Amino acid sequence: MGLDFSVVPSYADALFLGVLWTIAITIVSALLSFFGGILFAVIALYGPWMIRLPFRFFAWLFMGTPLLLQLFLIYFGLVELGIDLPAFVAGVIGLGLHFAVYNSELIQTAILAVDKGQMEAARTLGLSRTQALIRVVIPQAVRDVIPPIGNNMIALLKDSALVSVIGVSELTLSAQLAIGRTYRPFEFYAAAAVLYYIINLGMEAVLRRIERRTQLSR
Amino acid sequence: MTEKTPFVDIRHAQKAYGDLEVLKDINLTVSKGEIVAIIGPSGSGKSTLLRAINDLDPLSSGEVLLEGVQVNKTLPHRQYEKHINEMRQHIGMVFQHFNLFPHLTVRENVTMAPKLLKGLSNAEADQLAEEQLAHVGMSERIDYYPSQLSGGQKQRVAIARALAMKPKLMLFDEATSALDPELVEEVNLVMKKLAEEHMTMIIVTHEMDFAASVCDRVIFMDGGVVVEEGPPSVVFQNPTQERTKNFLRKHLAQYAESSK
Ligand SMILES: Nc1ncnc2c1ncn2[C@@H]1O[C@H](COP(=O)(O)OP(=O)(O)OP(=O)(O)O)[C@@H](O)[C@H]1O
Ligand SMILES: [Mg+2]
Repeated sequence: MGLDFSVVPSYADALFLGVLWTIAITIVSALLSFFGGILFAVIALYGPWMIRLPFRFFAWLFMGTPLLLQLFLIYFGLVELGIDLPAFVAGVIGLGLHFAVYNSELIQTAILAVDKGQMEAARTLGLSRTQALIRVVIPQAVRDVIPPIGNNMIALLKDSALVSVIGVSELTLSAQLAIGRTYRPFEFYAAAAVLYYIINLGMEAVLRRIERRTQLSR
Repeated sequence: MTEKTPFVDIRHAQKAYGDLEVLKDINLTVSKGEIVAIIGPSGSGKSTLLRAINDLDPLSSGEVLLEGVQVNKTLPHRQYEKHINEMRQHIGMVFQHFNLFPHLTVRENVTMAPKLLKGLSNAEADQLAEEQLAHVGMSERIDYYPSQLSGGQKQRVAIARALAMKPKLMLFDEATSALDPELVEEVNLVMKKLAEEHMTMIIVTHEMDFAASVCDRVIFMDGGVVVEEGPPSVVFQNPTQERTKNFLRKHLAQYAESSK
């Protein structure tokens, strides 16, 4: 039996819906990972030790264990504690926190690398340390790590396929459902791959735009 | 004049980094509207003294007073922070390497602190930026980023940024030494203009010509002490201390050579 791509168009709607869910979960998780990354970086660098120590443990947990396991833990595990999250929410939390930890590492390094003269100039004008961090140091640190954070966001897009296992009907799960009906795994996985690739191109274009817009502010 | 409280009063300023004593019991007063140059060899403590005035580098002991109010008060952390942030609003500082905020436009560099600390509206802040930038001849570049400016332009914006807080006192730490020679003059002109407007200024500089032509008083520091001070005509033409003479000989020779 040869390949027959003619079955794919009849599942176009389902695949398209899958694309939308993939984009949605990627965007929401990316935003969470971005702002969470900034917050975690500030906590890790400037938080009181009562917060910093548990935070180190939490960061280690998220970096040292498989994302798939984390998703199972959040979706299935938390139910035992009476926290029954919808699959989409569990997926966003898992992906978002996982990548927030990675973004936080980048941002911490960048904060420490911002020229000391920046903090001094801000303090000299009368800004408090917190005001100087928020207005001067952190924006520059974040600007400096936009390219590597962008790479993390591309990785996040690809890893969003993992949330199919907890039942979020994103692109991978949509392809699997179609395969279940048609027994055409190659055709649908290939179609899904092409669609991921297209989303990826779109995302890279957006990231490049953001990078270009921050060019002057260096 | 003498019975009035001095505008800036530095009393028994002492500072050590470990065993290294960088400032040794410095006493110095500056009156309102006075322009003081601090000169001296590298490592003599000029920057340390200047940065002690706004408590950027806290003294080990001694006091700095501005209009009779102690800047480096010993207070519980929170109260100290509130106090020093308030004091620093009155003390502008200009750095050798400009330290403009690269992620903000020229306008935003100037307005950020006044908006945040004095609650200026956008319209008020824009007006302030226009005024201050016109003052330093940078109106044309108001919506540029620092990366689009020359060194001299950056330093003029940095001066406008400091002036936008309406300080009572301006501190300059080698404001022109990072500049290409042809850009020095435009910054000196701005500083001269401030001098004519009777801004009180303390200027750490390596430019003897500038110190001689603009400043009311020259302070020569070496090894953490004030070796000699007086009007430029005296310090430059008739120094009494051997160390001053040596420094001037070297420095003026160097200067003569570099300007050939
Ligand atoms: N953070 C520090 N830790 C240790 N020593 C320091 C520190 N900052 C300055 N010093 C030392 O203090 C002394 C005075 O330094 P300062 O920067 O005040 O000199 P300066 O007169 O401004 O010199 P220059 O003309 O080179 O700028 C120098 O010996 C310097 O090495
Ligand atoms: Mg210095």
